[in-house]
Amino acid sequence: MNKLRNSQLWQLILANARELLREPAVLFWGIGFPILMSIGLGAAFTKKKDVTVTIAVIGHNHLLHSQQDSVSVIRTFLLKNKAVLIIGKDGTISRELNVPDEKLGGTTYIFRELNWNTAMTMLKRGNLNLVIDENQGHLRYNFDPMNPDAQLIYLKFSKLMNDPDLIIRPSETEIQPLTVTGTRYIDFLIPGLVCMGVMMSCMWGVSYDIIEKRSKKLLRRMVATPMKRSNFLVALITVRISMNFVESGLLVLFAWLVFHITIQGSIPALLLFFISGNAAFAGIAVFLSCNTSKTEIGNGLINLVSMPMMVLSGIFFSYHNFPAWSIPAIQKFPLTMMADGVRSIFIEGAGFAEIIVPSVIMLTIGVIFFTAGLKIFKWH
Amino acid sequence: MMQEAVIQVRNVHKSFKTVHAVRGINLEILSGQFVALLGPNGAGKTTMVEMIEGIQKPDSGEILITGKQWKGHEKEFRRIIGLSLQETRFIDKLSVFETLRLFASFFSLGPQRCEEVMNLVGLEEKRQSYVVNLSGGQRQKLALGVALLNEPKILLLDEPTTGLDPQARREVWMILNKLKEASSTSLILTTHYMEEAEQLCDYIVIIDHGKILKEGTLKDLLGKSSADIEKKQEYHGPPRNLDELFIELTGRHLNE
Repeated sequence: MNKLRNSQLWQLILANARELLREPAVLFWGIGFPILMSIGLGAAFTKKKDVTVTIAVIGHNHLLHSQQDSVSVIRTFLLKNKAVLIIGKDGTISRELNVPDEKLGGTTYIFRELNWNTAMTMLKRGNLNLVIDENQGHLRYNFDPMNPDAQLIYLKFSKLMNDPDLIIRPSETEIQPLTVTGTRYIDFLIPGLVCMGVMMSCMWGVSYDIIEKRSKKLLRRMVATPMKRSNFLVALITVRISMNFVESGLLVLFAWLVFHITIQGSIPALLLFFISGNAAFAGIAVFLSCNTSKTEIGNGLINLVSMPMMVLSGIFFSYHNFPAWSIPAIQKFPLTMMADGVRSIFIEGAGFAEIIVPSVIMLTIGVIFFTAGLKIFKWH
Repeated sequence: MMQEAVIQVRNVHKSFKTVHAVRGINLEILSGQFVALLGPNGAGKTTMVEMIEGIQKPDSGEILITGKQWKGHEKEFRRIIGLSLQETRFIDKLSVFETLRLFASFFSLGPQRCEEVMNLVGLEEKRQSYVVNLSGGQRQKLALGVALLNEPKILLLDEPTTGLDPQARREVWMILNKLKEASSTSLILTTHYMEEAEQLCDYIVIIDHGKILKEGTLKDLLGKSSADIEKKQEYHGPPRNLDELFIELTGRHLNE
C-alpha cells in the first residue's frame, strides 16, 4: 500500500485531482455548465409530447365553417378531424389539430389563415415553414425544398391529407418550391451568421484578449506607464469593430455572389444597427473580462454568455421552436434582437423606423455593461 | 552635498489573507544608488517592489517617491519610473521594434528613442523578430529596454535575470553597469542571486519572511557579520559571500 502511495503515478494523480477540486470555477465549467447546457438544449430538442408546427393557409373561409361557401378541401379535412377553431382578440383565425403518435411523438398543427404577404413575412422570419394555397380543390404546397423542417412538415401533412376516409379529396396537388430571394433557408441563415460572427468576435477578440493580457501581466505592465486606460479599451474595441465590418462585409459579399442574397431594406439603417449590435457585444465583452485573470475562467464565462444565445437566439433555426413561455425572454437577448433586426432589413425591407427602438436598446445595453465593467475593472 | 532620497519606505506592512508578506520594512534609496533586495523566494521582495511601483498599497506605513506620496501624484510618478515585472510577456506577434514603439508612445517618445534603446540593450539584430521568437535572455533585454525608454529617474527590476543562462545574465549586468556609469538613475532590483547583488549594487538589503535581516554595502555586510559571529559561539572565519552570510542568518541557502 505504501509502495502505491509513494509511486510517482499515484502522486501525480493526487496532485492533478487536488488541483482540479481546489478550483471551484473549473469544477463549475467542467460539470455545472454542461449540465446547464443540456437542460437548455434538452428543452429545445428532447422528444416532446407535442411538436407544434404552424402552417399558413392562404385565402378566406378555409378555416371557418360556412355552408354557403364553395367546397374547401382544407376546411373539410379540418372539420372532419375536429380541429379546434381559435379566433384571436385581433381577429386572427386559426385552427389547432392535435395528431397523436405514440412512437414518434405527437404533432400539433396550427393552421393560420393569412394573406400571402403576411405568410411570406412569417416564412422569412422562420415562424412557419409551409404555406398552403387552395384554389377550387387544387392544393399547392409552398415551401423551401432546401429546408429539411419544411420538407418534413409537408410530408407529414400530405400523409394526413391522403386519408382514404376524407370525404372530399384534392383534385390535384402541386409543390411550389419557394426559391425567391428572402424565403429560402439561406436568406434566414446569412443575417443570423453575420450577427453571430459579431458576437463571437467581440467575445473572443475583446473579452479573451483582455483576460489573456491580464494573465500575462501585460495589462499591469502597460498601466505602469502613463498610458491612458481608456485608450487601451477604445483601441481594442475599435480594431475589433473594424474587423467585424470587414468580416461581415465579406460574408455578405459571398452570400450575394453565390446565393444572390440582397439587402432589401435601408443600408444606412443596417449600418446604424450593425454599430449598435457591435456596441452591445463590446460592452458585454468588457464586462465579462473586467475581473478575472484566469483564461480558463474567461473561456467559461464567454461560453456561458455566447453558447445559450447561439442556441436560443434563432441563428440556425427559428426560436419559435422553443416553448412559448420562453420566447419573450429569448427575444430580449442581444443576439436575438440583433438577428431579428438585421433579418428584417435584409429580407423584409425594413428601414430606420423599424430598427430605431432595438438600436437604442442595444446601444444602451452596451453603455451599461461597459460602464459597469469599467467600474470594477482589474488592471493589475 | 547630501544626496537626495528618491525613495523612502517607512515601517511598511502588507498582508494577503493568511500571509504577512511585508513586516515593518524601512528603506531609503538615494539618487543614483543601486540597491539590491536580496532574499529567497517568498521573502517579500516582489511585494515590496510592487508597493514602491504603486501596484499594491501598503496596509500600513508610508512610501514616498521624491518626497511625495503616490496618492495624487500617480501621473507624475509613472513618467519617472521604469520597471520590469517578474515574468511579463509582451505581445507575441509584435516585433522588438514595434513593442518599443508601443511603449514609447505611452511616454510621447518617437522612434529615435526606440533606436537608442535597441542599441543600448543590444537587440538591433532582432529588430524585426517577433517577441514569440526571442530567447529568454532576449525577452529579458527587451523588458529592460522597455523599462529604460523614458530614461527613468527610478528603475525597478523584479528578478531581471531569473531563468537566464550565465551568459545572458552577464549581458544584462553589462547593460545595467553601463547605465550606472552614464546616468543618475536609482535602481532597486530584487534577486536571489548573490552574484547579481554583488556585481551591480552599492547597497544590499537582505530580506526574509518580510523583514530586513541585514543591510549595508557588501563590505559592511561581510565585515559586520564576522564581528557579530566572533562575539557569539565558535567562529570558523568570516562569511566569504552573501550566501554564506544568509546561511548564518537563517540556516538556509539564498536560492532554497
